[in-house]
Amino acid sequence: MATATLPIELPELTTDDLSRYSRHLILPEVGVEGQRKLKAARVLCVGTGGLGSPLALYLAAAGVGTLGLVDFDVVDASNLQRQIIHSTADIGRKKLDSAEEKLKALNPTLNVRKHDTLLSSANALDILKDYDVVADGTDNFPTRYLVNDACVLLGKPNAYGSIFRFEGQASVFATKDGPCYRCLYPEPPPPGLVPSCAEGGVLGILPGLVGVIQATETIKLILGIGEPLIGRLLLVDALNMRFRQLKLRKNPECPVCGVHPTVTSLIDYQQFCGIESASEKQSAVKNGIPQLTAKDLKKRIDAGEDLFILDVREPFEYQIANIGGKLIPQNDVPQRIGEIDRNREIVVHCKAGGRSQRIAEFLKQSGFLNVANLAGGILAWSDEVDPKVPKY
Amino acid sequence: MTIFIPTPLRPFAAGKDAVEVSAGTIAGALDELTQAHPDLRKHLFTSEGKVRAFVNIYLNDEDVRYLPAKEATEVSPADTLSIIPSIAGGN
Repeated sequence: MATATLPIELPELTTDDLSRYSRHLILPEVGVEGQRKLKAARVLCVGTGGLGSPLALYLAAAGVGTLGLVDFDVVDASNLQRQIIHSTADIGRKKLDSAEEKLKALNPTLNVRKHDTLLSSANALDILKDYDVVADGTDNFPTRYLVNDACVLLGKPNAYGSIFRFEGQASVFATKDGPCYRCLYPEPPPPGLVPSCAEGGVLGILPGLVGVIQATETIKLILGIGEPLIGRLLLVDALNMRFRQLKLRKNPECPVCGVHPTVTSLIDYQQFCGIESASEKQSAVKNGIPQLTAKDLKKRIDAGEDLFILDVREPFEYQIANIGGKLIPQNDVPQRIGEIDRNREIVVHCKAGGRSQRIAEFLKQSGFLNVANLAGGILAWSDEVDPKVPKY
Repeated sequence: MTIFIPTPLRPFAAGKDAVEVSAGTIAGALDELTQAHPDLRKHLFTSEGKVRAFVNIYLNDEDVRYLPAKEATEVSPADTLSIIPSIAGGN
């Protein structure tokens, strides 16, 4: 059975521990021995957002001795629909400080280690090496592959969960004989094809469901009980409330965990996921489309330049916030292309810049000569130009 | 057989979460699906017609890549085909 590697000398339980964990202690599968294993365990939660919130809360409640948290973000109002570890009063605070406060209130003996950083190839091995189990609750492909590769290289099991709209996936990767994330998906999708939760939305309860599955798997790995989700991908469909599982196999040709690995140290995951580097960004042209910053666009509007601003979001988004552009939702652009003035410079925008980039590329292919993309979308406009435009 | 369409691809399949097809093999079923919903094609296949590396296709609970006959595997009406794209959300 796959288990986390714990120290041989387990800590003793105090009288307070005995009363706090009594419901665990009377379970033969946990007992005093299991509770001591939990107390000895060190779990790293990568991200304290949607998945990380329920995950960290339940692990703290269950008596996991040390919880590491990795996050560099601050609490935003739009987080509170699902990130239950944070409260309204925490808006603007560092997520790490807010999370630590809630976790210590729940369980004052918990040892919280705060890693106030963006996990990167430069620091991942150093951060992960001091933990027994890693629980990946990040929100982007480069970090997913980074966490996977670091777990494989260090031999740490990864309790994995990811979510999108009403659907979730969970598994346990990178155990000794089990598959890893790259066995499941050897390559990431091209940037922009799969929308993030910020662009695609997510049902607030869904990360609760999936994060608690990750917490359950983490506890099972520590205790060495039950059947972990190794070699299985659990699919959660909240809309139909259907749970299915698929078989996962360890790929002998996997570049990181296969028989002859070609990835033996951490790589540049931004590049691996096709995301341009900062220096490329400065050139401000992406796939032939000039990238306009929100400030530049404002300057050009103020200077009275004749720009055709095309908003390719959905009508409900336009209702929440708009900067007065012509609304043609992205999927309607091909049919309504005649409504776009070919003789003017077109600036396409959406919420965060992904959809608008694709439409800008489409317009260019359709013969429009002068098309730019608003980098960062209406969110950047709200941040850099007009904070009265609500963020959603 | 039934082909399950995941959330990210439903906009390209008229919003449907499942599509019924009558083809006799996996390749035939995918062909029937993309003929009925042509917009799906570029999301599932490369320009050379290969299934994209970030999309996994499962016959019942088995990864098609690991079936001996792969996409030529015969299917029956009771089988299901699931398209599982990678998702990364968590925040």
